Amino acid sequence: MIRHPVWLGLAAIVALLLAGLAAPRWLLSLGTLSAASGLVSLGVVLMMRGGVVSFGQGLVFAAGGYAAALLANKAGVSDALLLLLAGGASAVLVAAPFAPLLGRYRGIFFAMLTLALSMVLYGLLVKWDALGGSDGFNMRRPTVFGAPLPEGWWAYILYAIAVVLAGSMAIAARLYFDSARGLVSLAMRDNELRVEYLGASVQRMVAWNFVIAAFIGGVGGSLAIMALGHIEPNFSYWTTSGEFVFVAILAGSHSVGAVFAASFILELVRSFSSSYFPNTWQLALGVFLLIVIRFLPGGLGSLLRRTPKTRP
Amino acid sequence: MKTLSAQRLHKHFDGVVAAEDVSLEVAAGERVGLIGSNGAGKTTFVNMVTGYLRPDSGRIELEGADITGLGPRQIMRRGVARSFQVPQLYPELSVLDNVLAAAACTAGELSFWRPAHSAHSVAQARAILERFSLAVHEQRRVAELPGGVRKLLDIAMALTRHPSLLLLDEPTSGVSAEEKFPVMDTVMAALEGEQAAVLFVEHDMEIVQRYASRVVAFYSGRVLADGPPGPVLADAEVRRHVTGAEA
Repeated sequence: MIRHPVWLGLAAIVALLLAGLAAPRWLLSLGTLSAASGLVSLGVVLMMRGGVVSFGQGLVFAAGGYAAALLANKAGVSDALLLLLAGGASAVLVAAPFAPLLGRYRGIFFAMLTLALSMVLYGLLVKWDALGGSDGFNMRRPTVFGAPLPEGWWAYILYAIAVVLAGSMAIAARLYFDSARGLVSLAMRDNELRVEYLGASVQRMVAWNFVIAAFIGGVGGSLAIMALGHIEPNFSYWTTSGEFVFVAILAGSHSVGAVFAASFILELVRSFSSSYFPNTWQLALGVFLLIVIRFLPGGLGSLLRRTPKTRP
Repeated sequence: MKTLSAQRLHKHFDGVVAAEDVSLEVAAGERVGLIGSNGAGKTTFVNMVTGYLRPDSGRIELEGADITGLGPRQIMRRGVARSFQVPQLYPELSVLDNVLAAAACTAGELSFWRPAHSAHSVAQARAILERFSLAVHEQRRVAELPGGVRKLLDIAMALTRHPSLLLLDEPTSGVSAEEKFPVMDTVMAALEGEQAAVLFVEHDMEIVQRYASRVVAFYSGRVLADGPPGPVLADAEVRRHVTGAEA
């Protein structure tokens, strides 16, 4: 039987696809970028539900982005869907070797280790001239199922891919959060000792969550490079990772939809603020976050809370 | 075959003797009270059986299989469950979710897709809550619960595994004088039908006298006396070193 979150997610996808038909091009681009960074933040939320916060998701964002761009430019892979999958898989390849190690750490140590990994990648990318060094490089425009797309429809089609992809992953994330493993992940945040004494491995759970978040983040990175057409080491810089955490805190861990809403808010504020007050827009974001933390400590998603007596 | 067989366990901490030649066998269905003053070795024994501590020497068998030196998770998976002196719960989750999470942990491989709140899982969790008279609290957040209810939930979660050996660490500590007998009555009623051997660490001799079928008294890391409650609690050495009563 198909469960409620699936229907809700499919309805949201259809509604967003229809709304996109009437949206201006700049808004479509904003929506695509929001979906891309929202995917990475979804991975952050997934880990937060298990009691750890990654300050280094720029690692998988950059890994996915560079992999997609390199495959498109050097290996001749042009299909957008293949590139997205390859981005996710590449991020997993980069992150997975560190997962067992990270599974042993909690709190600030986990956060700093992930941050360190992302900054190591940043350092490598800046020095690696074959990958464009600090300037990065451009990526050629992908095709869809091998067909090149007309200029007028490109923005909408990429937006549609982003909506379907982000929507599908949001549904999958919701099913995961509601699963037995998802519940134990929440329990782990409350009391690791008891989870271990009931027979589950906390280290393995944290490691798995990190790998799943890597896949989602890698897909987000490859989607972002398709939307921007250019990639640079800043994808892995600590301020980029900080933005993903910002969105995760803004959204809270109650609702996957809230993650994408928060991501859209960030992109919207960034877009308008950088036009009207380019030197102080971070100040506006900071004030907004403070207001949310003060009045909605559970994040935007707590407005949609289904079970008031449980903190998901 | 005995459910638990501990043979000649030794454990020292920087020269301090925590367990000295401790041997103990427990059969299925037995209700064994472990008594002793602080530092006598009760909790060390429980921690060695549950894998939290590795004995310096000796052997621990569970239903004939050697579990000496295994970690807590491996031991739990072989059929040992425990509750804690300070209940180890998930305070931000509801009572129902605590039991569901416990059941999910004990079910083996954790599913990425199987809903935690499937009709089958919820029915099983509710059955356990009914046995412990906790159904009325089902939707309450654990952080809001009184001490006695938390104790019961802690034990209920341990029982989701249907263990062959259940260790209860001071099941009535932190529970008011009025609550202690109702709490133990509920626990014993819930254990009816379970074949588990039950060991409970307890300082309250009224509880031990009433609910244990056998008592093991510890003193200075050694087993001082072992037998039915009446004779053990009347033993002169036990009265001097454990219960504090005049010999």
